[in-house]
Amino acid sequence: MSFALRRNKSANDMTISDTPDTESKIRIRTIETVDVTVMIGSAISAFALSQLLYETILPLSGALGFLLTCYVFFISISWLAVREIRGTVRAKDHLARLVVWTGASLAIIPLVLVVLYVIGKGYHSLRPQFFSQDQRYVGALSDSTEGGGAHAIIGTLQQVGIASLIAVPLGITTAIYMNEVKGRLAKPLRTVVDAMSAVPSIVAGLFIYAAWILALGNRQTGLAGSLALSVLFLPTVTRTAEVVLRLVPGGLREASLALGGTEWRTTSRVVLPTSRSGLVTAVILGVARVIGETAPLILTVGGAFIMNWNPLSGKQDSLPFFVYRLIRFPQEAQIARAWTGALVLLILVLVLFVAARAIGGRGPENISRLKKRRLKRKGLA
Amino acid sequence: MKVPKSLQVDEIKESPSPPNDSEVRINPVVRRNRVDQVYRSIAAVSGSFVFLVMALIGGFLLFRGIDALRLSGWGFITESQWAPDMGGAFGIASLLPYTFSIAFVALFIAVPVSIATALFITEYAPRRIRRFLTATIDLLAAVPSLIYGLWGLFYLQPRIITLSKWLADNLGFVPFFKVNDDFGTSLGVFPSSTFVAGVIVSLMVIPICTSVMREVFGQAPPGEREGAMALGGTRWGVVRDVVLPFGQGGIIGGSMLGLGRALGETIAVTLIISPSFDAKWSIVEQGSNSIAALIALKFSESTETGISALMAAGLALFIITLLVNTAASSVVNRSRSGSATEI
Repeated sequence: MSFALRRNKSANDMTISDTPDTESKIRIRTIETVDVTVMIGSAISAFALSQLLYETILPLSGALGFLLTCYVFFISISWLAVREIRGTVRAKDHLARLVVWTGASLAIIPLVLVVLYVIGKGYHSLRPQFFSQDQRYVGALSDSTEGGGAHAIIGTLQQVGIASLIAVPLGITTAIYMNEVKGRLAKPLRTVVDAMSAVPSIVAGLFIYAAWILALGNRQTGLAGSLALSVLFLPTVTRTAEVVLRLVPGGLREASLALGGTEWRTTSRVVLPTSRSGLVTAVILGVARVIGETAPLILTVGGAFIMNWNPLSGKQDSLPFFVYRLIRFPQEAQIARAWTGALVLLILVLVLFVAARAIGGRGPENISRLKKRRLKRKGLA
Repeated sequence: MKVPKSLQVDEIKESPSPPNDSEVRINPVVRRNRVDQVYRSIAAVSGSFVFLVMALIGGFLLFRGIDALRLSGWGFITESQWAPDMGGAFGIASLLPYTFSIAFVALFIAVPVSIATALFITEYAPRRIRRFLTATIDLLAAVPSLIYGLWGLFYLQPRIITLSKWLADNLGFVPFFKVNDDFGTSLGVFPSSTFVAGVIVSLMVIPICTSVMREVFGQAPPGEREGAMALGGTRWGVVRDVVLPFGQGGIIGGSMLGLGRALGETIAVTLIISPSFDAKWSIVEQGSNSIAALIALKFSESTETGISALMAAGLALFIITLLVNTAASSVVNRSRSGSATEI
C-alpha cells in the first residue's frame, strides 16, 4: 500500500521506471518489488539461520520447533530489513501484516490438514459395500473391508431428516415472528434463541433422555435421537433464517402492503419467495452442523450393529456414533472402519456445504446479482 | 437560485404540523382479516415454543437431578470426587476448574488467531479472496467436532506433546507448566492433558469468534477509516486506531461466545482426555476433565443415582453456558447496529 506522499517520495528516491503521474489512481493494495525482495530474502536467511543454530544452541526439538524458529527469525529479519529501507512506521505496518497473515493461515491450515488426514486414513477401507451392508457378520477381528456402515448412514439420514422436519418449520416461523410479525415477545425471544444456540450438545441429549425416555417411558430410538438433534437444530435455523429475512428490502414489504396485500400475503408471496435461496442455505447449513453431532446421540439412539429401518422402535445407529464407538476398540480393523465412517461423514458435510453455497449464491449476507443489477440501474450502487 | 429538491420536500412535510398528533396520527396497521389473525397466532405459538423448550430443559434437568442434589447437599460444589454409584461422595469441585481451564487454553489460542483472521478478511485480503475465506471459516464450523477430536487424537497429539515437553522443560517454574514426575520429563506424561484438549477445542472456537469479529470490524465507520488513511496512516495505523477501538465490543463478545462453546464441547474433549478428579495447576500433564466429557463417559455405566448426579452436573453446565452466552450476546448486540436493509 502506498499513499500519494509516499509514492512520490519513493519515486524520487528510488527512480521507479513508471513515471509518477499525480493524476493517476493510487492503488492501495499493490505489492511493490522491494517488498517481495525483502520477503524472499528474509525467508532464505531465516531458513539458513535456523539450519545453523537449530539443535546446537536452541533448546527445541522436532519439526514443530524448527518451523517455530524459522518463523521467529523470518519475522525479525524482515522487520529489520523493512525498518532499514522504509523507516519504523512502515516496519510496524509490515510486522502487523505478517502477524495477520500468520493468524489467518493458522485458522485455515488445520482445516486442510484435517481433511487430508481423514481422507488418507479413511480411503483404504472404503468399499462400495460400506454403503450397502451393515456390521451383522463382522467380528472384531475380521478384515476392515468387510461389512459396512449402511445401518449407520440410514440411521443418520433418518434422524437428521426427522429433526429437520421438526426444526425447520418451527425455526422459520419463529424467525417470521421475530422479523415480520414483530410481536411483543420478539426482543426477549431473540435473547432466548441466542441462549438456546449455546446449549451444549450433551445437555440437549440429557434433556431428551430425562424428558422423553425417563419421564415418558420411551425407549432409546432413532426418534429420541432426532428430538435431541432438533433441540440443537432449531436455534441455528432460526438465527440464520432471521438474518436472511432481515435482508429482504423493507420497500418490497411496503409495496405489497400499499397494494392492499394482507400481512400473510405479504409474507407468503413477497418475503418468503424473495429470501428462498437464503432460507435453503440456512437449512442446509443447519443440517451440515447437526449431522456430525455425536454427544446427544450417545444418550438417545442406543447404537446398533445391524440395520434398523424403523426410527420409531428399537435401537438405531448413527454415523458419528458408529465412528465414536469403533475408534475406541483396540483392533486395527475396527479403527480403520471408524476412519472410513469418519471419511463418509466428512464427505456428507462437505457435499451439503457446497450445495448450500451453490444454492444460496454467496451466503445470506451478500446482495444477489439480480438485485445488484437493479440497484445499478437506479444509480444506487 | 434553485432550491434543492430535498429542501422543498422538507418544507412541504413540515408546513401542516398537526396540533395534536395523537388524534391525527394515522395508524400504519394494514387491514387484518381472519387469515392474518391465524398467521400471527401461529407465528407467536412457534415463537413461544422456544421459551417452552428452554424452560423444559432447565426444569427436567432440575427434576431429575434434584435427588442427587439433595443427597450431596453443598458437597456438590465442594466435593471433587465422583462416585455416586457406590454411594460415595460426588461433586463438581474438580470438574469446574478443569472445564474452565480447557476453555481458557482454547480461548488463549483462538482469540488472537480469530482477531487476526477477522482483520485479514476485513482489512487485508483482496476482495476476491475475502468471500472464499468467509466460506472457509464457515466450513471450519461445519466440520463435526468428532472429526476434530479424531484428528487431534491421532495426528496432533503425538506432535504437540513435544511442545508440552518444551514448555515443561523450559518454563517449568510457571505452575501451569510444572510436571510432577520423579523420573524427569518423558514424553509419556504429556498426552491427554488439558493443554492438548484446549488446542483441539480452539479449532472449534475459532469460527465462532471470527464470524462475530468479522461482522463487527466490517462496521467500523468508513469515514474515520478514510480519514486515518488520508492523514497518512498506514494500514496498521487504521487497524489500531479505528478498527480495533470500534470493534472492542465484538472482540469481547465474540470471545465470550467462544467461551460458551468451549465450555460445552463434549466429544473432542472426551476422546482426548483421560479423566482425572484431583484438580491441579499443571495444564501440560496427563489427566484432565470436563463436565460434558464426564457425562458422555459415565453415562452408560451409571445407575439411577449416578444418572441423577449426571443430570445435576448437566444442569450446572447448562446454567453456566446460559450465563456466559447471555452476557456475550448483550455485549455483541450493543456493539452491533441492528439496522434493516432498505431500498
